[in-house]
Amino acid sequence: MADIVIEVKNLAFGYRVGGFCLSVRALRIGPGEKMAVTGPSGSGKTTLLNLLAGIFVPSAGQIRVLDIEVSSLSAEDRQDFRALRMGLVFQEFELLEYLDVLDNVLLPCRVSPALHFHGEVRARAAELLHDIGLGDKLHRYPGSLSQGERQRVAVCRALVTKPAIIFGDEPTGNLDSSNRDHVMEILFRYSADTKAPLIVVTHDKELIGRFDRAVDVRELAA
Amino acid sequence: MNDVLYMAWRYVRYHWGKTVVLLASISLILFLPVGLHVVVQQGAEMLTGRAKSTPVLIGPKGSAVDLTMSALYFRHPNPESLPYREVTRVTQTGLAIGIPLHLRYTAGGQRIVGTTLDYFEFRRLNVERGRLMAMLGECVLGAKAARALQADLGAHVLSSPAGAFDVAGSFPLKMPVVGVLEPYGTADDEAVFVDLKTAWVIEGLTHGHMDVTKPEAESGVLAREEGNVVANASVLSYTEITSQNIDSFHFHGDPDTFPVDAVLAVPKDRKSGILLRGRYEEGDTSVQMLVPLRVINELVETMFSVRDYIVMAGVGVGVATFATAALVFMLSIRLRRREIETIRKIGGTRRRLVGILAGEIVLVVAAAISIAAALTFIVSRFGDEMVRVVAG
Repeated sequence: MADIVIEVKNLAFGYRVGGFCLSVRALRIGPGEKMAVTGPSGSGKTTLLNLLAGIFVPSAGQIRVLDIEVSSLSAEDRQDFRALRMGLVFQEFELLEYLDVLDNVLLPCRVSPALHFHGEVRARAAELLHDIGLGDKLHRYPGSLSQGERQRVAVCRALVTKPAIIFGDEPTGNLDSSNRDHVMEILFRYSADTKAPLIVVTHDKELIGRFDRAVDVRELAA
Repeated sequence: MNDVLYMAWRYVRYHWGKTVVLLASISLILFLPVGLHVVVQQGAEMLTGRAKSTPVLIGPKGSAVDLTMSALYFRHPNPESLPYREVTRVTQTGLAIGIPLHLRYTAGGQRIVGTTLDYFEFRRLNVERGRLMAMLGECVLGAKAARALQADLGAHVLSSPAGAFDVAGSFPLKMPVVGVLEPYGTADDEAVFVDLKTAWVIEGLTHGHMDVTKPEAESGVLAREEGNVVANASVLSYTEITSQNIDSFHFHGDPDTFPVDAVLAVPKDRKSGILLRGRYEEGDTSVQMLVPLRVINELVETMFSVRDYIVMAGVGVGVATFATAALVFMLSIRLRRREIETIRKIGGTRRRLVGILAGEIVLVVAAAISIAAALTFIVSRFGDEMVRVVAG
């Protein structure tokens, strides 16, 4: 694996409405690095994450991920790249209420043509769910799970494709300390085992200390 | 494709309440005009088919539709009847054969049709088991009547009184079943056929009782004068006609005046039919002669008009239903905005997303079409039956 997994240079991005602008002069993230993105609300933490994940396209500058210039890819190629190489965890879990736990974990394989659903993936999904203590709830619906259980399912969904990079947008924001620790432990372990960088937006001061480094998004412009 | 359909299937299955409402409304909107068209078409074919095979009908003055429906489908006849002499009159013209129909009584809910053997020849009815009636008091059952009455050869069928106020005392007549007809899918299947004279026995116009000249009936005799014998109610009337008592059955009154409900006139040829109709149009005003096909065609035209109105209304309701369904779908897409965003964020392509949403519509519409097709098939399979039930 290369020394640098994500490299950002002279990045600029602005919303059409609202006038908010984000700029990043330089940012480098290495293999297995665990980075917390901090800053006050509205400072652009989630925007940065969306740019790194290729969900947003910058108005200027470069974002290289795994030696690929993400912003130069077509919309469909960025979708495929994200599906193949990245795992995303959200604050509100974003599970689909009409799919059971197992199908929620398998969702990326069903909605992305770049991934293929087959027995091996299914077995991996079931194994992941067993590992995080949800082995007996494969066919339960999200509505019947606790908050912590739902976030663990969301984490499994992010990891089922064996991503090379993991992004978390306040993944523990809605969890109590016990569930927070459980979820972060899973993410840290995966990052350590696979050398996948873990980039997490968080406000949680207690959590920030467990990352290799914390970056205040306001300081990236300097 | 499988993944897209799987996702769509899971969505419609999870939201089964919404799916059932959509399915019910769409399938009904699709089925109603098609099903109605099938029923009306089959009904029209069935009605005109039987009417076509019945060239001329004679009956008492009154509703032409009622007369046609009672003579063709054995519905309850008009209170007015014809004297039997009308049957003789038709036959005596030499232009046609008159077949009487007596339809006033039932047996276990099945219409008793008093007629002659000419009726079986005219309708080309054959017995599947047994034979046609040959003796007074015997009956032949239509295929469905046999099932409904759970009666077969050798069994007996009991006639029902005409009504609760039948004080004239038409005793129930116990009739042996001597034959069962092949099934024809017509009103004949549901009838209990008897000889016209047997129908008159049921009506009490012909009867049999103990011989009042014999010593054992003496106690019931009130008076003997000029060949007439007056007896009281202790003289036993027979409620079953057997070879032992058949000779005691006799008419009271002139059989020419006995009632029949309709006469099927079967002309020898087309010219005879025209001549016969001419004679009736000029003559007697107490009877009517009609061509069933004309009556039924008028009825069918009315049915078609009603169908067209219903279909037009159905199209309006259909447009409203589809507009509402489209609105529900669009609103559900707005409500699912976050779900759509999540799918996009985790790598789902626009094409897959559109496929999933379209798949949900396709599944519901395909299921609705299948339900509508199944309902239409059922209606087409049993449409004849339904029309017959509605027709009485």
